Amino acid sequence: MNRNLFRALLYVALALCSVVMLTPLVWLVSACLKKPDDLFSYLFFPPVGDLSLRNFRDLFTEIQFMRFLMNSCFVSGVTVVVQLFFASLGGFALAKYEFRGKKPIMILMLATMMIPGQVMLGPLYELIYHLGFMDSYLGLIVPGCVSVFGIFLFRQSMLQIPDDLLEAGRIDGCSEFGLYWNVALPVSRPMIGAFCLISFMGTWNSFLWPQIVLHNSQRFTLPIALNQMVGLYSQKYGVLMAGTFLSILPVVILFFILQKEFISGLTAGAVKG
Amino acid sequence: MIGSRRFFRWQHRNAPYLFVAPFVAVFCVFGLYPLVKSLWLSFYITSGPKSRVFVGLGNFGFLLADPDFHKAVWNTAVFAFFSVFLQLPLSLGLALLLNRKRLRARNFFRLVFFSPHLVGMVFVAVIFMVIFQPQFGLLNRVLNALFRTPLDTKWLGNRGLVMPALVLTSLWMYVGFNMIYFLAALQAVNQDLYDAAKVDGANAWQQFRHVTLPSIKPVAVFVVVLSTIGSFQLFELPYLLLGNSGGPENAGLTVVMYLYQNGFETGDLGYASAIGWTLAIVVLVVSLVQMKLTGAWKRGD
Repeated sequence: MNRNLFRALLYVALALCSVVMLTPLVWLVSACLKKPDDLFSYLFFPPVGDLSLRNFRDLFTEIQFMRFLMNSCFVSGVTVVVQLFFASLGGFALAKYEFRGKKPIMILMLATMMIPGQVMLGPLYELIYHLGFMDSYLGLIVPGCVSVFGIFLFRQSMLQIPDDLLEAGRIDGCSEFGLYWNVALPVSRPMIGAFCLISFMGTWNSFLWPQIVLHNSQRFTLPIALNQMVGLYSQKYGVLMAGTFLSILPVVILFFILQKEFISGLTAGAVKG
Repeated sequence: MIGSRRFFRWQHRNAPYLFVAPFVAVFCVFGLYPLVKSLWLSFYITSGPKSRVFVGLGNFGFLLADPDFHKAVWNTAVFAFFSVFLQLPLSLGLALLLNRKRLRARNFFRLVFFSPHLVGMVFVAVIFMVIFQPQFGLLNRVLNALFRTPLDTKWLGNRGLVMPALVLTSLWMYVGFNMIYFLAALQAVNQDLYDAAKVDGANAWQQFRHVTLPSIKPVAVFVVVLSTIGSFQLFELPYLLLGNSGGPENAGLTVVMYLYQNGFETGDLGYASAIGWTLAIVVLVVSLVQMKLTGAWKRGD
């Protein structure tokens, strides 16, 4: 009896926590679907008859939301692919080859991981300015295309590839790049999934650097555009919430595709065994 | 045929260099160089990317006497304190609840608790900016219905409430994220240890204290250090919530926000670099102290 009571309390506690965690998200969805005048009349969803997609329509007609969405997709997509390629290729070299300079490079990279990235904002800004990358996609993509976290993630997972397997490939006449492409990459598939999501979330949500680089609204990514909308559309909360909802959606979709890999990749560095 | 054999040997010899080259090249130009340069730049007062005056350690001396910087450090430290001492125990608590044997719908609850993390910080800030509104905001209406608190509480307009609002929002964002780490650590604990403890007559608290805690300690230290470092870099949340400013009487000014204001609103990249390096040193010292303390704790055990 006592044990059953305990179990019941456990589920009640978990359910309460779930309600608290989900409330802001449910509220967000409800806010998108209300008529502009109704936003504060109903706490959550209005009666079915008063539901409306007006906010989404305004989002695409009054604001160039499509443009911001495409900017974000382009910048994040390119960054993720380049990051993935550089980090996995470099990780393969660090995991499976001995070469001069390997130790110093790894120590240098580990050392920079300890230093908060904001330290370099000033000089990076100067560099981008002198390269002529200000206010361009290049200014976002180029400095963002290496991930030290990523190269170590891939090194870690590729350490498990048996040397005999690579040697056999060499005897069969496979080039070194072929070994990377045909052996190392397929073996690290779960890591690729995890890394793609982590890296995508990082770029998609990035605010500080784009805020520094971008000036022309034609090139705004979603976080920058939303920050500007907060100032300009402070009375139209519904439109703002619809924009926020659509900005979150791509990450959520990607998460559900890569969910399994993501959780294991997230904890791979922390939990051994 | 001979040419292709030579190519084969050549690519075999040089493969590792070619493989790390793209990464290392970009890393050196856009990672290492700005990092070193920022140390150099912190000895200058600059105005935009073109003019600068050498001031030696003047920037750091000025920081020590700068009341706004003190305010920023204090706010950031308070935020980090709550992240570690309020948020992480709650994360561990949730993980312990979810780790119970024969729990139904574990994956569902895990997903629900984790879900806020999918919302980027900028978007969280936009959502909570509306939730925190006086009169109409969700938080005030719920609190009013439950506890009869006044509807016009200005969470973001009252200097005493800005920090609670920030802590509350980040609690919502990160409690489930950190729970994932704790849960993974709990699931990796050797079950035999619990059985042995039970044979020795250990009660639930003693099992937690002497089996669970020591087993998850490496992960716990990792999470503590990680969330401290993350908290010290807080920027987007207060910046957006408080309308691109530090809020009433700078109650929400953080170190990175102060860096941004000085470097990119005032245009003094030298002073911004000095703030950055001060932040780096503080973060490094705090993480080392944390690792040291937790290491000492093990020896005393």
